[in-house]
Amino acid sequence: MSEAALERPAAGRNILSDIGVRQVLLALALLLYPAVASDFFLTQIGAYSLIWGVLALSLMLLAGYGGMVSLAQITTAGVAAYVVAIFGTNNMNIYGFGWPWWVLVPFAVTVAAIVSAVIGAISVRTEGIYTIMITLAIAAAFFYFAQQNYALFNGHSGFAGIPAPHFWGVNWRDPVPFYYLCLFVAALCYAAVLYCSRSTFGLALQATRDNPRRMRALGFHVVAHKVAAYGLSGIIAGFGGVLAVWFNGRISPGTVDFGQAIDVLVIAIIGGLRHPIGPFIGAVFVVLIQTFAIDIVGAERYNTLIGLVFLVIVFVSPDGLLGLWQQIKPHLAQKSLRSMPSGGNGKSN
Amino acid sequence: MSLTEQSASPGITRRQAWAIFWLLAAGVLAWMFIAVWPHWLNDILISKKAFVSSIFNGITLAGLYFLVASGFTLVFGLMRNVNLAHGSLYLLGAYIGYEVTSRTGYWLLGVAAGFLVLAAIGLLMQVFVFRRLEGDELRQTLVTLGISIVAADLMLAVWTGNTYQIGVPHWLDGAIRLPIVSAVRSNGSAVYIMYPFYRLVVLAVAIIIGVGLWLMLNRTRVGMMIRAGVDDRAMLSASGVNVHAVFAIVFAIGAGLAGFAGVVGGSALSVAPGEDVRYLLASLVVVIVGGMGSITGAAIGALLVGLAEQIGLVYFPTYGIVLTFVIMVVTLAIRPQGIMGKVQ
Repeated sequence: MSEAALERPAAGRNILSDIGVRQVLLALALLLYPAVASDFFLTQIGAYSLIWGVLALSLMLLAGYGGMVSLAQITTAGVAAYVVAIFGTNNMNIYGFGWPWWVLVPFAVTVAAIVSAVIGAISVRTEGIYTIMITLAIAAAFFYFAQQNYALFNGHSGFAGIPAPHFWGVNWRDPVPFYYLCLFVAALCYAAVLYCSRSTFGLALQATRDNPRRMRALGFHVVAHKVAAYGLSGIIAGFGGVLAVWFNGRISPGTVDFGQAIDVLVIAIIGGLRHPIGPFIGAVFVVLIQTFAIDIVGAERYNTLIGLVFLVIVFVSPDGLLGLWQQIKPHLAQKSLRSMPSGGNGKSN
Repeated sequence: MSLTEQSASPGITRRQAWAIFWLLAAGVLAWMFIAVWPHWLNDILISKKAFVSSIFNGITLAGLYFLVASGFTLVFGLMRNVNLAHGSLYLLGAYIGYEVTSRTGYWLLGVAAGFLVLAAIGLLMQVFVFRRLEGDELRQTLVTLGISIVAADLMLAVWTGNTYQIGVPHWLDGAIRLPIVSAVRSNGSAVYIMYPFYRLVVLAVAIIIGVGLWLMLNRTRVGMMIRAGVDDRAMLSASGVNVHAVFAIVFAIGAGLAGFAGVVGGSALSVAPGEDVRYLLASLVVVIVGGMGSITGAAIGALLVGLAEQIGLVYFPTYGIVLTFVIMVVTLAIRPQGIMGKVQ
C-alpha cells in the first residue's frame, strides 16, 4: 500500500508541478476563506478544525507511516498546553512565569517532543495492537495524575486566563489573525509531514511498518526510527496543543481525558490515514457535525452520532473519507471499478 | 497457568503444589509480622489500622479487577481482539444488575441477569460484528472503540448522570472482625480490626471464578479447544472443530464476566458514568502487567494494580496513580510481554 508514497523521490523539477495544482488551489481557497466567512465560521469552524487537524496529523504520521496507532497524542498536546500555562501567563496566581512567546513556544514544543519520545520509547517495547493499549493506559494515567495533582497541574480546575500573544501590534486571538496563525502552523506541519514521507527517514519508517524484520536485517535501527517518529509527532502535537490552549484560554484535565484522546483517533480514521490531508478532512467533518448536531439529533446525543459515523467509516472504508473518495471516483468517471488499483486494506501490523 | 501451557496430568503438578505452599508460608509470615507490629513502624506506615485496611482494600479490589480483566484477557488470548468496549460491558452489567435488583428485590437475580444479558450481548457482538472483521486486529479494535463511544452515550441517555448503588442483601452486609489486633485498651481487652464482609465475599467470588476458569480451560473439552485455538487457530479448524462456535463461547464468557463484575463491583462501590473508562483502564494495565491471554497473569496483575492503587491512596494521595503507572513501565522495560505472557 505504500507505493503511492514511495513513488518518485523529488528530483530537481518544476516547483509548481511538484507541489501539485490541487494543493495550490486548496491553499488559495483557505487563504481567501476569511473574506467570505463570518467570525463564527472563521474561529469555531475554521481555526478549530485546523487545530484538531494538526493534532490528528501528528497521529497520522505515526499510524499512517509508522503503523503505530497511539492514543497518547492528546497527552503530548496537553503537556505543551500545561507548559504554556505554567511558564507563560495565567490568571490563577499559580506559577505563571510570564515568559515571552518566542521562548515559551519553542520550549513547550520541545518538552512535548521529549515527552512523546519517552512515550514512544515505552510503547515500542511491544508491537502492533499492543501500542493502542499501552498508549491508552498512558493517556488515562496522565489524565488521572493531572486531576489528582495540585502541586504542578492545579488539579481538577487546571489553569485559566491564558492569553494568546500580542506582537507586531496584532492580538493573535482575534478571529482573522488567529485563523491565519492556525493556517500557517497547519500548513507548516502538513508540508513537514509530506516532506518527511518522501525523505530517507520517512521511507525507512514506512519500510519498518511494512516489514520490521527485513529492515532490522538490513541494518536499520528499527526502535530508533520509531522513537524518532514519536518525537517528530510530538513536535506537531505540541504545536497543536499550544494553539489549542490559546484558542480555549484554559487547560484542565478535562482537555486531556479519555474522550479527547479518542476524538483524535476518530478524526484521523474518519479522514483517512493514507495522506496528510486526511486528518484535516476528518477534522472539518467532525467539527461540522459537532457544531450542527443540535439540528440533527440534539446537542445531547452528539457522541452517538459521531460514534455511528465512525463505525460506518471503519466498516465501509478502512481508509476513511479519502478512501471513500477513491472508491467513488471511478464511478463518477463512469469507469469500471476494477480498472483502479485496489484501495482498501488498512495496515494491520 | 498460562492459557497456552500444557497440563495434561491429573491433579496438581509438583510446581503448583510448591507455589501453593510458598503462598501459604508467605501469608503466615505476613500475619506474624503484622501481629507483632513494632512501634517504630507507626512512623513509617501511619498506623497499623491504616496499613492493614489498605492491604485488605487492595486485595479485595484486586478481586474485582481480576473479574473484569479475566474476560478481557480471555478474549484477547484467543481472538487477538483488544476489546476497548469491555468497560462499557462492565457498566451495562452494573446498570442491568441495578434495575433487576431494585425491581425484584433479589440481589442474586440481579447478578445472574448481569451475567446472562451481557453474555448474550457478547455473543451477538461476536457473531454479527467481529466475525466479519476476522484477522484485521486494528479494525476490530476500532470497532470496539466506536461501540464504546455509542454505548457510553446511550447509557448516559437512559440512566442519566446519577450515581446508583446496588443494594446488597443483609446477609452479605455488615462488618466482620478480623483476627488482627489494632490496639489494646487500658483494661487489657484487645480491639480487633473490623472489615466490611461484602468485600471479602467479592474476593472469595473472584478466587472461585478464577479457579473455575482455570478448571474449565485445563480440564474440559471446550477448554482444550480454546487452548488449542490460542496456539494454532488454523490447525484447530482443520481438525474439524467449529472455531467460530468456540470464539462465540469465549466472547460470551468474557462479556458475561464483565457484566457479572459490573453487578458485584456496583454493589461494593457505585455505578456512575465514567466507571466504564476506569475499569477499561484497570483491565488494560492488569493485562499489560500480567501478560496478554493468561488467566494467572491477570490474577497477578490484578493483585499488583489493586495493591498499588490502595496503598498509593493512603500513603501518597496525589501520586497514587503514578505508582500504578510505574509498575506498568517497569514491567514493559523488563518483560515486554508481561509477567506471564508468552513471546508471540
